[in-house]
Amino acid sequence: MSGATPITSKAQAWGRRIAGAAVIAYALVTLVPILWIVQTGFKTPSDAIAYPPKIVAEPSLEGYVNLFTTRSRQAPEYIAALPPADGWVDRLVRSRNMVVAGPSKFGERFVNSLVIGFGSTFLAVFLGTLAAYGFSRFKVPLKDDLLFFILSTRMMPPIAVAIPIFLMYRALGLTDTHLGMILLYTAVNVSLAVWLLKGFIDEIPREYEEAALIDGYSRLAAFRKVVLPQAATGIAATAIFCLIFAWNEYAFAVLLTSGEAQTLPPFIPFIIGEGGQDWPAVAAGTTLFLVPIVVFTVILRKHLLRGITFGAVRR
Amino acid sequence: MAEVALNGVSRRYGPTVAVDDLNLTVGDGELVVLLGPTGAGKTTTLRLVAGLERPDAGTVSIGGHPMAGVPPAGRDVAFVFQQFSLYPHLSVFDNLAFPLRSPLHRQPEPAVRARVEEIAALLRIGHKLGNRATRLSGGEMQRVAIGRALVRRPAVYLMDEPLSALDAKLRAGLRLELKRIKDELGTTILYVTHDQIEAMTLATRIGVLDRGRLLQIGTPREVYERPCSVHVAARLGTPAINLFPAGLLPAPGAPPGTRTIGARTEHLRLGPPDGSLGPAARPALVRRVEHLGDQSYLHLETGGHALVVLADPHAPLRAGDTIAVELVAPLCFDAAGDRIEAAPPVGEPATVIPLRRAQS
Repeated sequence: MSGATPITSKAQAWGRRIAGAAVIAYALVTLVPILWIVQTGFKTPSDAIAYPPKIVAEPSLEGYVNLFTTRSRQAPEYIAALPPADGWVDRLVRSRNMVVAGPSKFGERFVNSLVIGFGSTFLAVFLGTLAAYGFSRFKVPLKDDLLFFILSTRMMPPIAVAIPIFLMYRALGLTDTHLGMILLYTAVNVSLAVWLLKGFIDEIPREYEEAALIDGYSRLAAFRKVVLPQAATGIAATAIFCLIFAWNEYAFAVLLTSGEAQTLPPFIPFIIGEGGQDWPAVAAGTTLFLVPIVVFTVILRKHLLRGITFGAVRR
Repeated sequence: MAEVALNGVSRRYGPTVAVDDLNLTVGDGELVVLLGPTGAGKTTTLRLVAGLERPDAGTVSIGGHPMAGVPPAGRDVAFVFQQFSLYPHLSVFDNLAFPLRSPLHRQPEPAVRARVEEIAALLRIGHKLGNRATRLSGGEMQRVAIGRALVRRPAVYLMDEPLSALDAKLRAGLRLELKRIKDELGTTILYVTHDQIEAMTLATRIGVLDRGRLLQIGTPREVYERPCSVHVAARLGTPAINLFPAGLLPAPGAPPGTRTIGARTEHLRLGPPDGSLGPAARPALVRRVEHLGDQSYLHLETGGHALVVLADPHAPLRAGDTIAVELVAPLCFDAAGDRIEAAPPVGEPATVIPLRRAQS
């Protein structure tokens, strides 16, 4: 503002500085635990539990090796009698008087999480977009009641229906299956998706579709070519919310999965192992657990920030 | 090219009647302007013709074919919306090409390109084809919106206040352009506006709507000079027509039953208050003079009623002056507000005569 007096601009500068400091402080508070986890993943087990804590430690991949393998302890004579170590993983494991017995379950569980997380997110956003479009554009009998009913499914704690769902899933043979978990997370997320997306689609003027309808497009084609591109921002935001829920969900995963379809949240506590407490492996597993959400959010960030309908419609 | 006919069409939204028993025919190649205040049912009428709304009663036909049950895409109409409604995620070129790429009107891509470029040249936006639709000025956006209707060659164009979003200068320019396009293409156009200059200059015929009813339809001249009611008279003319009770000023030739007199500038003769006007002249007090540049608005008061007339900007008048006014063949309305034909006009046609400084 060129008209601002020196006093107000000084006050503004200070206000900005204070706001900046607050943001930095908040970022530190939230990021330090994550940095600590990432760092612990690269420590040796003894460094990880050293007291006083080591701020700087010799980096080691032992945590990641332990995360992806199962190992058995052997006598030093047995290890010495083995043929020469095959690669750095073998050498690292043998230096701890152990040999690699096989891969761990982490990879499988990670894939489970990806399939269930992204599968349910896709389904929830797909169904949510269609339902939201319907609610936004058409005369639906009992529209308000239906929308309230959809929202009401979020009003009780999910764990309240855990036992009925458990019994139902057992009867249907959906326990510990990918399909069962996808359906469950979709059911929880679809209400959120409908409400969020209805808000976004309501914001898109009907004239766009009406123009397309008059120009010779079918309702579906108008939806695909006109509504979807403009709802991209809302769809991206909704997808992130849905994925974060499905990715982090713990209670139902513990209850309904044990092997085949187990996701990472119930699995990670088991990494800690029997006997010793393998914190670097836990930290490595947690670090990898964070990666897909971060990547997904960064990819969609462009959509979140872009106000694509800005300025095209006079309001 | 086709004729559009609405027969007894009604449309209500809940308790409000948007269009009430509307009968309207737009002849082939005609440009009919629907004029009326907000909420008069102008836009609803267009939407009914386009098939975006279904009539509760009555029929719409285009080119002699009844349109009941025909979806918008099947009606061969093009619609220019009041809001720009350009697709913000597409370039100007893709916006213009959008109707030509629809499943119904699909053409080979070179033909699309040729047609888009032709229309862009017609509207003088050829150099903007690569821009995003959101990176245009208001006038350019509106031209693209009109262009999107023009790329196809539909039977009927429906235009909903296509110029209302623009400033006065752009509006005047685009109004001329629309007139030129209309004369070149010779298509049937149903055009909605509340701007009477657009209505007067573009229309073959003007239909005046109020609360869903068609009050009068006729050539611009007819509607302006021979309005059927107070309501229609009030819609046209700048400044707005002066309406006052009969008897305020003597109105020679007013038929019996006249309750309200309507007097535009051309119905009021002004002169110095020295009796040089006729015996029907009455004194009026100048309350205010608004200089608009090429002309002035004169705010007068006589018998407790305010009158606004146009005057020569060089007339030496100031607030507080007294002048004489005389009615010349004004419009006469009965108690119901309908116009009643006056007796054959008396005296010479009215003109605004420059005034010398009035002596008071």
